[in-house]
Amino acid sequence: MDMCVNIAGVEWKNPVTVASGTFGSGAEFEAFVDLNRLGAVTTKGVANVPWEGNPTPRVAEVASGMMNAVGLQNPGIDLFCKRDIPFLRKYDTKIIVNVCGRSKEDYCEVVERLSEEDVDMLEINISCPNVKEGGIAFGQNPAAAQEITKAVKRYAKQPVIMKLSPNVTDIAEMARAVEAGGADAISLINTLTGMKIDINRRQFVLANKTGGVSGPAIHPIAVRMVYQAAHAVKVPIIGMGGIANAADAIEMILAGASAVSVGTANFHNPAVTMEIVDGIWAYMQKYGFEHVSDMVGIVK
Amino acid sequence: MAEKKRELAVVVSQERLAEGIFSMWLQTEAARSALPGQFISMYTNDSSKLLPRPISICEIDRENMRLRVVYRVTGENTGTEQFSRMKAGDTLPMIGPLGNGFPLEAGKGKRAFLMGGGIGVPPILELAKELECEAKQIVVGYRDAQTFLREEFEQNGRLYISTEDGSVGTSGNVMDAIRENALEADIIYACGPMPMLRAIKQYAMEHGIEACYISLEERMACGIGACLGCVCKTKKKDHHSNVNNARICKDGPVFLASEVEI
Repeated sequence: MDMCVNIAGVEWKNPVTVASGTFGSGAEFEAFVDLNRLGAVTTKGVANVPWEGNPTPRVAEVASGMMNAVGLQNPGIDLFCKRDIPFLRKYDTKIIVNVCGRSKEDYCEVVERLSEEDVDMLEINISCPNVKEGGIAFGQNPAAAQEITKAVKRYAKQPVIMKLSPNVTDIAEMARAVEAGGADAISLINTLTGMKIDINRRQFVLANKTGGVSGPAIHPIAVRMVYQAAHAVKVPIIGMGGIANAADAIEMILAGASAVSVGTANFHNPAVTMEIVDGIWAYMQKYGFEHVSDMVGIVK
Repeated sequence: MAEKKRELAVVVSQERLAEGIFSMWLQTEAARSALPGQFISMYTNDSSKLLPRPISICEIDRENMRLRVVYRVTGENTGTEQFSRMKAGDTLPMIGPLGNGFPLEAGKGKRAFLMGGGIGVPPILELAKELECEAKQIVVGYRDAQTFLREEFEQNGRLYISTEDGSVGTSGNVMDAIRENALEADIIYACGPMPMLRAIKQYAMEHGIEACYISLEERMACGIGACLGCVCKTKKKDHHSNVNNARICKDGPVFLASEVEI
């Protein structure tokens, strides 16, 4: 049996990575996870300069999920390249760097810088609901999404994954737009914009008022969107959104994802990715799948 | 690598100490290396509640591999309410010990204040047991006469109590107790609500006490330093994010008061 997957020309040893923002750059999970056993590590978003992020409270729990409004706090590309890339390179796993920005120029600057670095893939975050400029402004308009994809592709030496927002009417249209812009792969979904109010204090729970909802609560939405996007484009899809166990990951693959990202579940069980890798293997064995890719999108 | 894991701790005992305040002893691997001031992330067995509840360590029994947590039930059908219904023999998923702890060495030969307020009182107990210092002055504040952990504190130092309703000890807060008893210190360790910590930081500055260690609290998601949910403003750029934001779960929860903006 073979768990290898090829995502836009990059060979992962298995189809499991982690969702940006839920895993740092791996260092905090080193004690819980054998990073060598991940197909890829997707880092937290990095910008051209350090970002402070939003005021606290930044996180809240909701039924079968959570909300966050961290606001892409990050150390900036300089420290990231100096510290995080060498750390990850110690491991036998692919490195996907998530890129965030406030303007097209910001994204291009980070991508240009990373094109000289030893990383395997770039994931462009045009879907964060928690920053005012950039972020989701590009992710809700097909023309803008296509334009930014084209722009970063001019600077990128590595394959570019465009990360899409679920906060749109037609995910297939967005997927087609970034594919037309030259995206090598698509990842989806980012968090859904939500709001939580403390009824006793009569205040918003998050300082930012709204936040991104993630966790098992959004899983069916993610599966539906992965299915729709997979039928709209030819490029590979990395499916994410509420994957908490191997069954959720397999469901995503059957819907059309070539690989999966595990996000919020890392907070519930820091070693969950290892269980998911093992679980996919057991499923392949049980149902006689020789290659993981044989499972992709077979539920029509 | 991968030397840590989420474990199933076993509830050894549970008792109610005061209105909404519970004490639980857990059989856990985390007891082996736990230090006063650290916390554990406790998960409910309810799959709709994803995030761990960070609970401070109240006592450590390394010999028998047990930890004591004393926690407040925050409302109906909350994670803490579910914990409070657990009985001896039940299992509870957890990770720990997490965060740093109170620096014990710093207290040697000094006159110390060990200060706790509200649900910040429990972590002061293990500190009181382990701290070796010249004068151990434990100053703890409660709302009313339900002065949980009082007997344990009395066995581990000189105890001063304040209550908001004046029913026990000094009427008022922990700062009132210090003034009323004309107490002095060279080093401060504190855990409690933010207004209390602000007052303690102010007091330390006014009295030239540089060694003022405070334990902070913020809503957390991962508890291990990855999500950047629980940050606090710092004076200097922090080593991790290169901005003025330290992670309370990983870089704290104990900080030198002068290094954080509260």
